[in-house]
Amino acid sequence: MPRIVVDVMPKPEILDPQGKAIVGALPRLGFTSFSSVRQGKRFELTVDGEVTEEILAQAREAAETMLSNPVIEDVVNVEVLA
Amino acid sequence: MSLETNRKFNIDTVENAEKTPDTELPWAELGLKKNEFDEVVKVLGRRPTGAELAMYSVMWSEHCSYKSSKNHLRQFGEKVTEEMKKDMLVGIGENAGVTNLGDGWAVTFKIESHNSPSFVEPYQGAATGIGGIVRDIISMGARPVAVMDPLRFGAIDHPDTARVMHGAVAGIGGYGNSLGLPNIGGEMVFDSVYQGNPLVNALAVGVMRHEDIRLANASGKGNKVVLFGARTGGDGIGGASVLASESFDDTKPSKRPAVQVGDPFAEKVLIECCLELFKGSLVEGIQDLGAAGISCATSELASNGDGGMEVELTSVLLRDPSLTPGEILMSESQERMMAVVTPENIEAFEAVMDKWAVEYSWLGEVTDSGRLIITWDGAVIVDVDPRTVAHDGPVYDRPYARPDWQDALQADSFTGSVQDAGRPAAPAQLAAAVTELISSPNMCSKSWITKQYDRYVGGNTALAFPDDAGVIRVDEETGLGVALATDANGRYTFLDPYHGAQLALAEAYRNVATSGAVPMAVSDCLNFGSPEDPDVMWQLAEAIRGLSDACMVLGIPVTGGNVSLYNQTGSTPIHPSPVVAVLGKFDDVARRTPSGWQEDGQAIYLLGTTAAELDGSEWSNLRGHLGGLPPKVDLAAERELGEILINASRDGMIDSAHDLSEGGLAAALVESSLRYGVGARIALQDLMDRDGVDLFTALFSETQARAIVGVPRSEEVRFNDMCTARGFMHLRIGVVDADSGILDINGVEDLALDALNEAHEGTLPKYFG
Amino acid sequence: MSELPLIGEAVAIAAEPRLAGARIGVVTFPGTLDDRDAARAIRLAGASAISLWHADTELGEVDAVVIPGGFSYGDYLRAGAIARFAPLMTRIIDAANSEAKLPVLGICNGFQILTESHLLPGSMIKNDHLKFNCSNQILRVENNTTAWTSDYALDQEIAIPLKNQDGQYIADEKTLDALEAENRVVFRYVGANPNGSRRSIAGISNAAGNVVGLMPHPEHAVEAGYGPETPGGAGGIDGLGFFTSILTKIVGGAK
Repeated sequence: MPRIVVDVMPKPEILDPQGKAIVGALPRLGFTSFSSVRQGKRFELTVDGEVTEEILAQAREAAETMLSNPVIEDVVNVEVLA
Repeated sequence: MSLETNRKFNIDTVENAEKTPDTELPWAELGLKKNEFDEVVKVLGRRPTGAELAMYSVMWSEHCSYKSSKNHLRQFGEKVTEEMKKDMLVGIGENAGVTNLGDGWAVTFKIESHNSPSFVEPYQGAATGIGGIVRDIISMGARPVAVMDPLRFGAIDHPDTARVMHGAVAGIGGYGNSLGLPNIGGEMVFDSVYQGNPLVNALAVGVMRHEDIRLANASGKGNKVVLFGARTGGDGIGGASVLASESFDDTKPSKRPAVQVGDPFAEKVLIECCLELFKGSLVEGIQDLGAAGISCATSELASNGDGGMEVELTSVLLRDPSLTPGEILMSESQERMMAVVTPENIEAFEAVMDKWAVEYSWLGEVTDSGRLIITWDGAVIVDVDPRTVAHDGPVYDRPYARPDWQDALQADSFTGSVQDAGRPAAPAQLAAAVTELISSPNMCSKSWITKQYDRYVGGNTALAFPDDAGVIRVDEETGLGVALATDANGRYTFLDPYHGAQLALAEAYRNVATSGAVPMAVSDCLNFGSPEDPDVMWQLAEAIRGLSDACMVLGIPVTGGNVSLYNQTGSTPIHPSPVVAVLGKFDDVARRTPSGWQEDGQAIYLLGTTAAELDGSEWSNLRGHLGGLPPKVDLAAERELGEILINASRDGMIDSAHDLSEGGLAAALVESSLRYGVGARIALQDLMDRDGVDLFTALFSETQARAIVGVPRSEEVRFNDMCTARGFMHLRIGVVDADSGILDINGVEDLALDALNEAHEGTLPKYFG
Repeated sequence: MSELPLIGEAVAIAAEPRLAGARIGVVTFPGTLDDRDAARAIRLAGASAISLWHADTELGEVDAVVIPGGFSYGDYLRAGAIARFAPLMTRIIDAANSEAKLPVLGICNGFQILTESHLLPGSMIKNDHLKFNCSNQILRVENNTTAWTSDYALDQEIAIPLKNQDGQYIADEKTLDALEAENRVVFRYVGANPNGSRRSIAGISNAAGNVVGLMPHPEHAVEAGYGPETPGGAGGIDGLGFFTSILTKIVGGAK
């Protein structure tokens, strides 16, 4: 069954404590090439049947209103998983 | 990370300001009034630079300068006797007051508001509220040991209340639990007056040895100024910063966060790191960064010390390189501290930072010039007398007057009102009324909330919610400890601000004494509407006058606090809500008194007398009425009752004690029964005869200066003698019936504890899941 | 008259020199919260608590190690995921797997660190009700042969505080079957499952029984009046058995 993937990231200007802690830990394991980490969320919405434009629009609206908190997060991607 | 400061701004220097006196500045957008801007120009003898304007605008805001309340708040410092001062090691004005506990121990506590951020983004608003108050406590040199959170939200069934409730409670838990600070109490009140403006107050308490007390001052010419903790971002500056215009060039500033995100892990590390600094005596002065960030820290440290400081602003580590100097000065990014370190201690300081992996940057040094000088790549962008920023802000005598509706409100008594029709009298009606009361939004069990908070961490929590006060052991050898309670009643205070504020103090005082502790100090968070409304300003003035008068009578000083104004939805203010926290002391917390009945056969006594006082009560609230006069304040009786409870606890005369407040005797009896699931048999005829009240009034009146206590049989004579000797009214109203599973009140249908418990516990889950 | 039980009274265990010679390490990571509490519990049992720092590269002279609760690295990424890579953890993993079989107890976040380290199987996810939960929990001791549970009776029910956000124990069916078959389920929740843990599992051990992890906090039930509430107001001390058990093992049986 088709799935719609929604990716949500903390807004760039907002502090991301998780990313900050991870970027601090990476060098201790020898991963020294990464200067910044930001941690987001991925949602997979399963659809029974075909993904119509209307359903995709619904997914976009759900992403903006419920899956993300518009005060601190951005929806960076909504796409249909083949 | 290579977040280098963007030095390409076309910076507004002092030199430039002198050369361009007529440049238009966005003072109004930054919240300054015309007269205030003119005052800045007068103080400086020229127009301010963009950076100076930023500093003055945040430091002269209501939040930082207390400009509307200062003239009234003075009473807290004036109405103080020498006796009240004797245990005060640090008074009002510092980050938090410090009280002597004896044995070389000191305690510091403070309550603050984080109301408006908690409405915008409840989780982060409430979380950063905890973070801010905890940093206040650290900056006194103390180890924080507990937090509490008085909350006031809109109507329980309003659709937006769940959003605020879930967010704020999870935020307080998420942040506080991660810090390892037990949450030991608070309040939860639902009222539609808080719908568009919830009150999220936070209290923190910390302890230290006397020699560890630290103050926010920068002394010693040549000592270094360091900023450490989280990096500085655009937090708290607002969506579209007007200071973007400061950089008179084409580069578009990146967006500024609408809310601040807290990082409890960073704060926990900061706590441990600061305590290690204190232990090694590595800092001379320290200040947390909260509202007004670097503006506040630099100007306060400098003006409280030798009076001068020089700081290079490009040394500040940034999270967002697009920040302008003014924005850096205003930023409210969380989890940051500023300290003053002697040159000899620099190496040791850096070793502590490295151990805890905390970032830091040396910004400048202390001078004796009397000026706060801030440079940007060497160019002077701020040159001010720090006192004018930190302490000499505007002060207003706002007009106030008793509202013209106050008389009519006070004349509208509940007794005899439409809402009072059909007052319960029959046994079945009274039983239903008790159940309705204890399952109502304000009187129901708050365990849905408190289960989300860690009460155990630290291993020193001797009492916590739902007991009358939270109790924390300070010294594991001697048992020395503290008790804390917070209270407010917006309904009482709306009916009569002077006495309402006193009632809040009286209840917090009574709660602390009920736990067995000796009340010592007060902190308050004064939540009110707009001071520009003369009605509200009158409420504020009356509340402060009432509170300061009552502190004198009770002999406990205010050691700190916070004023939160403009709490309103549109032009409708909240009920005036002075939240009062009282701190008490135990020589040995082993003597603390829990609120629940204990042993079978113990006598239950009611201390104090009962009058017909239902105006403003929870019962009248359930019937949708608010009018009349709140219960009478009798501070002499509160003091006497307090002494009885404290002595009885110390001498082992009582095994349980619970104060009577909202919901009166009915609520107290149910709560004492449900605490450990222990029943009781109660007969109130003697009380009704003595005080001339009916059974309903005996159960639901909210007359003050009362408590119920459980007295072991062997102690009854001694306890009676003590009350008689003190001339305090006391009456045996029943006996503990441990295994009955019933609260049996003569004249009221039997109340099964299981059913009561279900009703009491069920309300919050019903609304919030 | 019943004397009101005093909280904080000294627990009746004499601190003999022989017992105090037992050295039990307590690891502190950035974000660890219950390290002082674990140290107190060890002292109350009569042993010496040794502070260990996550960045240390040597374990030093310790007879056993407690990894206490808290939010190491803020629980960011996954609970225990970053702490697991601390230099000291490498030493602890080696010592636990060595022939000497260093006894290790992981409490709450410590349990999460042990599963991330693969010293114990399975993992912890968010509580099924999605909220932080702080309550008094009854546990049943289902294996009293581990290094940390020998002072309990088999099937003894004990009251221990439970407080966490990510406390739901999960593992695949095969692992769960194996844990049960090998008698490695050390504790189960009694009554309603507080967080959705598979098969109500509260704590488990490794095959040798020297490594034990559990979500509830025994170190918060070692001093009367500061632990789980009991009618009468003064709390129980059911958690002390963990620390007397290990002490018994270290000093060699007879107490």
